[in-house]
Amino acid sequence: MADHLLIKGGRVVDPSSKTDQVLDVLITNGKIARLAQSIEAENGTTEVLDATGKIVMPGFIDMHVHLREPGFEYKEDIGTGTRAAAMGGFTAVACMPNTQPACDTDTVVGRILERAKQTACVRVYPIGAVTKGRAGKELAEMGEMRAAGAVAFSDDGSPVTSAEVLRCALEYLKSFDAVLIDHPEDLSLSAGGQINYGLISTVTGLRGIPNESEEVAVARDLLIAKLTGGRLHLAHVSTKGSVELIRQAKAKGIRVTCEVTPHHLILTDETVLESGYDTNTKVNPPLRTQEDVAALKQALADGTIDAIATDHAPHHFDEKWVEFDYAEFGISGLETAVSLIIDRLVLPGIIDWMKMAELMSLNPARILGVPGGTLEVGAPGDITIIDPELEYSILPHNFESKGKNTPFVGWRVTGAPYGTIVGGKVVMYDRRLAV
Amino acid sequence: MSLRGKDLLSLREMSQEDMELVLSTARSLKEILSRPIKKVPTLRGKVVCNLFYEPSTRTKMSFELAARYMSADPVSFAKETSAMKKGETLADTARNLEAMGVDLVVMRHNVSGSCHFLAKVLDIPVVNAGDGMNEHPTQALLDIFTILDYKSRIRGLKVAIIGDVLHSRVARSNIFGLTKMGAEISVAGPSTLLPPEIEKLGVKAYTRPEEAIEGADVVYVLRLQLERQSKSLFPSQREYSNFFGINRHKLSYAKEDAIVMHPGPMNRGVEITTDIADSPRSVILDQVTSGVAVRMAILYHILGGRD
Repeated sequence: MADHLLIKGGRVVDPSSKTDQVLDVLITNGKIARLAQSIEAENGTTEVLDATGKIVMPGFIDMHVHLREPGFEYKEDIGTGTRAAAMGGFTAVACMPNTQPACDTDTVVGRILERAKQTACVRVYPIGAVTKGRAGKELAEMGEMRAAGAVAFSDDGSPVTSAEVLRCALEYLKSFDAVLIDHPEDLSLSAGGQINYGLISTVTGLRGIPNESEEVAVARDLLIAKLTGGRLHLAHVSTKGSVELIRQAKAKGIRVTCEVTPHHLILTDETVLESGYDTNTKVNPPLRTQEDVAALKQALADGTIDAIATDHAPHHFDEKWVEFDYAEFGISGLETAVSLIIDRLVLPGIIDWMKMAELMSLNPARILGVPGGTLEVGAPGDITIIDPELEYSILPHNFESKGKNTPFVGWRVTGAPYGTIVGGKVVMYDRRLAV
Repeated sequence: MSLRGKDLLSLREMSQEDMELVLSTARSLKEILSRPIKKVPTLRGKVVCNLFYEPSTRTKMSFELAARYMSADPVSFAKETSAMKKGETLADTARNLEAMGVDLVVMRHNVSGSCHFLAKVLDIPVVNAGDGMNEHPTQALLDIFTILDYKSRIRGLKVAIIGDVLHSRVARSNIFGLTKMGAEISVAGPSTLLPPEIEKLGVKAYTRPEEAIEGADVVYVLRLQLERQSKSLFPSQREYSNFFGINRHKLSYAKEDAIVMHPGPMNRGVEITTDIADSPRSVILDQVTSGVAVRMAILYHILGGRD
């Protein structure tokens, strides 16, 4: 007896086929089986979800999260992090290797996948470290990690500081067809910095991190990508100058992609001042200026930016309830991203639903080379259902994530993830976990 | 209008009206300092806690004496002998002090914004005695008080602030306070020690002290904050002193009756020469005296002796 899930009456938005119409979607045995205007349920063997008034998209993939396991389970673990993802409308997450120990061997990759099998409710794609211990000196065994299931490589949390190590890594990865994700930051320019360098750092007396600390690294990375022809992805770009450099590089045919976070698209450094030094506004790269936000939005619309990723960085309450300089960097983002993007970008008309699906599903799947990102027949039955009208307040104490650290507390938003379906299995529906 | 029960965190957030209230009260309280018995019973039974995470001579003694002269009981916390050495957080330390019945906390801290944080942690009022590179509001109030002593007005006065503006909480508080009261401010220092976009705060910025001092009524010399210079911001103290230190020659660009101020402690021979520091134009010790009166006024208003 086949296992069927039928999603009826939703507006299907699928960028891989440029579909945008009301259709029923049938998932059979975990795969997309059929899309049609009216599909009848087979009695007894079909679970039916009513998606009338909702938007049905290929499952969202967050290509940049910190699940903190192993080592920092007091901040987050694979179970809580993936439940947060499911609540946030993500069917898959790619987790960064800055764990304890670092994810720099096939053993750790295997351990993460094993734990995911036991505790995760969405797909988990480990990202391996580029260098041993993420120390930036010697290449980690990326081939072994790739074979064990790592989808990409990054020293995120830190940049690959040495240009020579970056060059070797990009060359070496050609044998394994995996993307290198760099965290672009010149550490000498950002040292000691707490927030964006500019008027607000002057007014608050907090040490500034100039845009150039990112742009110097972006420029270097692009040159090394050109030199090697390797596949480079730039994490969490935050400045006008960065997207200008990337736009030029793409025009020259350099193989580069990049992502941006919801918080960099929505907030500016003025939030630090207005919030009275709220450490939940402390994030790396820092919240920038209105000029940067405008440039990032422009770059989303014109295709310079390929993906939206949360850089979900959960921290314990105690690590934020301290003096600003002593607080950890990071924002817990999985459970606010989709609503913020709808409320601040889709509903105001900066991007449309199709673009949103491209940025949050299709492109992340293509960059990482993982299944999904599409509703074509035979693809995994991974689906995100959006309620475009639901209005609610962001309340971190309701988060599934252990990390309640968000600067969006109390924000009133319209639009929310309504259903998360992974391999034909409903893991979240009507804003409640089904697992 | 009342400061009763409120925090005093910054002059950026303090209204001109509240500043003037403190200054006028300080004016009448200053007389107590010259009495044979320097004590009034106004704040009897109130406890003021000095929470100092950074070394201080002037500010700490000044708050302590201000409390004593008003008959409040000052208690002090010293970082070196405290449980902070055992890893206690600021929030826990402060909530314990509050639980012991302290009425007001005066805090000095090396991290910008710490007083704002403490104000979120505590229900009792917090007075900022200097937080990192952010603000030192009571210092600026005593500076304004001193300027008024000599110049009788603030509006239209030309004030030149010279030196390490980047690391200076004194400069920030004075810029916010003095511009609110109508002064024209110029700042000068090596460009590495001027914070970005400083002119958006309504001041003129120069990289040569002579240009800022030209025609000034007040020359405010900042301490070169040697403990915060982590990077290669200037080559040597000798070179700094030659180009940016205040000496007789640089002071000659100011008005003849210009006064010279410094928040202390001085690096003599670095940002200011001894002959200037000790000259009749120097009002540096008057600033210290004014400081006690201004802090008496602040404690009075916040702890609300009498309405």
